[in-house]
Amino acid sequence: MENTPAIEKFTSKDLVTDQDVRWCPGCGDYSILKQAQTVIPELGIPRENIVFISGIGCSSRFPYYMETYGMHSIHGRATAIASGLKASRPELSIWIVTGDGDGLSIGGNHTIHILRRNFDVNILLFNNEIYGLTKGQYSPTSEEGKVTKSTPMGSVDHPFNPVALCMGADATFVARSMDRDPKHLQSVLRRAHGHRGASFVEIYQNCNVFNDGTFEAFTEKSSKKNEALFMEQGKPLVFGENMDKGILLDGFKPVVVQTGNGISLNDLWIHDEHDRVKANILSRFFDNPGMEHHLPRPFGVFYTEDRYCYEDRLEEQIATMIQKKGEGDLDALLKGRETWTIN
Amino acid sequence: MERQNEVLDNVIIKFAGDSGDGMQLTGTQFTNTAALFGNDLSTFPDYPAEIRAPQGTLAGVSGYQLHFGSVEIFTPGDYCDVLVAMNVAALKANIKNLRKGGIIIANTDGFDTKNLRLAGTEEGKNPLDDGSLENYRVIRMDVTKMTRASLEGSGLGVKEIDRAKNMFVLGFLYWMYNRSMDHTEKFLEEKFGNKPDILKANLSVLKAGYNFGETSEEFTTRYSINPAKIAPGEYRSVMGNQAVALGLIAASCKSGLPLFYGTYPITPASDILHEVSKHKNFGVKTFQAEDEIAAVCSAIGASFGGALGVTASSGPGIAPKGEAIGLAIMLELPLVIVNVQRGGPSTGLPTKTEQSDLMQAVFGRNGEAPMPVLSASTPSECFSMTYEACRIALAHMTPVMLLTDGYIANGAEPWLFPSSADLPEIKVTFAREKNAGDKFYPYKRDEKLSRPWAIPGTKDLEHRIGGIEKQHETGNISYDPANHEFMVRLRDSKIEKISDYIPELKTEVGPEKGKLLVLGWGSTYGAIKSAVIRSRNKGYDVSHAHLRYIRPFPKNLGELLYNFEQVLIPEMNTGQLIRILRDKYLIPAVGLNKIQGLPFKAEEIQNKIEELMK
Repeated sequence: MENTPAIEKFTSKDLVTDQDVRWCPGCGDYSILKQAQTVIPELGIPRENIVFISGIGCSSRFPYYMETYGMHSIHGRATAIASGLKASRPELSIWIVTGDGDGLSIGGNHTIHILRRNFDVNILLFNNEIYGLTKGQYSPTSEEGKVTKSTPMGSVDHPFNPVALCMGADATFVARSMDRDPKHLQSVLRRAHGHRGASFVEIYQNCNVFNDGTFEAFTEKSSKKNEALFMEQGKPLVFGENMDKGILLDGFKPVVVQTGNGISLNDLWIHDEHDRVKANILSRFFDNPGMEHHLPRPFGVFYTEDRYCYEDRLEEQIATMIQKKGEGDLDALLKGRETWTIN
Repeated sequence: MERQNEVLDNVIIKFAGDSGDGMQLTGTQFTNTAALFGNDLSTFPDYPAEIRAPQGTLAGVSGYQLHFGSVEIFTPGDYCDVLVAMNVAALKANIKNLRKGGIIIANTDGFDTKNLRLAGTEEGKNPLDDGSLENYRVIRMDVTKMTRASLEGSGLGVKEIDRAKNMFVLGFLYWMYNRSMDHTEKFLEEKFGNKPDILKANLSVLKAGYNFGETSEEFTTRYSINPAKIAPGEYRSVMGNQAVALGLIAASCKSGLPLFYGTYPITPASDILHEVSKHKNFGVKTFQAEDEIAAVCSAIGASFGGALGVTASSGPGIAPKGEAIGLAIMLELPLVIVNVQRGGPSTGLPTKTEQSDLMQAVFGRNGEAPMPVLSASTPSECFSMTYEACRIALAHMTPVMLLTDGYIANGAEPWLFPSSADLPEIKVTFAREKNAGDKFYPYKRDEKLSRPWAIPGTKDLEHRIGGIEKQHETGNISYDPANHEFMVRLRDSKIEKISDYIPELKTEVGPEKGKLLVLGWGSTYGAIKSAVIRSRNKGYDVSHAHLRYIRPFPKNLGELLYNFEQVLIPEMNTGQLIRILRDKYLIPAVGLNKIQGLPFKAEEIQNKIEELMK
């Protein structure tokens, strides 16, 4: 690669392509695109080194709207394509855009495998709990009993909990955010980029055509404070209208408590994103907001860990082999170990 | 004692035993020794799909056929001259392929009551005693007993001792064919260098087998096969899968692009991965993906980044890759897909050979998805055709499918290997500049109709590509009806245009005009060539031509076909090439089809030739 000492600065406007954005008016995807275009110029990556790769689905149109390198691939396979690209070009900044159908249904296998291999990529999974592009069938994250075009009597599928699934796949960075909270989404995108390894970000995204309001308990002003729990490293887990509710860990059982009355902030669960056991418990905060005595839904970074990246070890093996055997000599290879001569 | 020495011009030996008897190793050792001596040769390993198939049964028989000689050898041979049968089942499974008067080397221990029962022999009958082998010369030796005797006091357990009995047979055959044991001794020293007692045991059993020939008065004749008079030069032995791996690495070196090999283990293609992964000092990256789809997708990702992206599989694995191959066709990125064909459909016959994926290669994708299809005819040709597949993929910005099959993938032959300087140049130029005023059009085309390859990291050429239909030149999404038809035809023309850049078809044997042309593709090469030579020697006007380029065909194919009164197309399928040829050239070709998981015998093709020309 050529020497490029100074990285040419660019702005969010430079990330806008000449293509018309074709999502439905009011779609949550607009906000996610906006936040990505806002954050990326700040990250100090040369624009030409950025690649967006997507699969199929509404979210997967994303690369067409980002003035970077991009590939709109086939259903579920963005993670697999990104794995090959990252393995061969470790210096690139690769962003995978996928959805609940693309990344958890047809492409579920590749999602768990890219996480365990820990390629240094960012995976943005837009979860709208519905199939939008095929016009409204239930998805692997839709709730039990969901009535859709393909399930007139209600879905009998039990849904995935994407965060818990990724914890199970030994992901090294797991976070959740939402389309309706630009500041939070921006901060999570920054964190995802900052993490070396596969960063998994679940983004709650409203499909206002086929599944409108599915996340409103967490996103609307009237309920957000009571239903969404924003996790911050080293800080107690508090939420509520007046930030007067907290989470206490009773053995392995999380309970909601009212602060004051003898319970101070220091008594609460202090969030530690490096604690796998606690992150697993947090990932299981997955109650339906309609339930009595339910736990709030966590947002922010659940878990992060330093672990070697696949592409680094791949490079190391090549270096080790070169050290041991010298650079490959094609003539020696073609000749092999034993030859004979015919006169 | 006085021995006769008989000089032969070629010999076919079949090593057969239980899949745990080490017959593949024995065969390979004899092969390498023959190759180093300068014989021409061809081999055919034939083994069960199960790793440890039921012992002593017909299903568990593992075989290795070797044809070597002082003359040119094109096939592993129709009928063997020598059958090594380690047990009853091995004899029963192979006796029909032993020529009358041939030699059977029978391990008598493998003909005991238990083995007779396991092989399903009639109660109270033993083929060694019942006169059923009277047309053959039977050499009986109790290999197990003699192996144990020679290792008495070695301190090894019976199980370990018995594992060395294939060395006894090998030693005996080395004696019988006047071969030196040097190569195998060296091989054993490397293999068991850190297990001195096992090494010692194997070496002494090998010698015991040799000495048995030397001292036993039963054997009055030894045989010599002189070195072959083949093209002069330096040779090595090569197997098809190994040759594919070398072809990929050579193309990587010559093009200056790093090789990325994304694959998922499958019989009979896995050995390509094993070979490529040994050579990381060439900067090659191997990726054992989670499934076949991820394998091809990872290679597409690597190609997008400017690597030589390659994936390989066998039919059942090529099927799930189909959608992604279609994507690569739309993306117009270089990609090489190797299909080491095996018996189908579905899981089919994993360890047996077939040519039944030709239609899949040419047509097996959704939509109009044209792609070049190449095929290799022999183990060593797997090298040159792999190299050619890479050259075409890179020069024409397209995925390319290379077909080999289980027969040549595992078969070995001497290879007059090239030097790197002899290999054709592969020049790759990445796009660096905008090509449409102040814009970059990723689908603007050159004279070959191929598009520029601008890789991430190139300033100002940021662009998006994808599987949706795209506008000519700009590559923007387009649903315009006329544009779609234009693009479908354009993608087709681009592939057809490759025929300007590939060699014309010439006959292998016989004139370019005449009564009968036998046209083949892939691993039927040796059998067709032998058959045509034999028929020509008997005065028949017959020629042989062999296709390496199936999509597009060589430009002169039609002309060549029309030059003959009749065309015969032998295939190991129900007739796939013949359908494509009839469709394109409207010729009344005749098929000869064998779908038994086994290669053709030259005799079968010869009979058909002579029947057609009666």
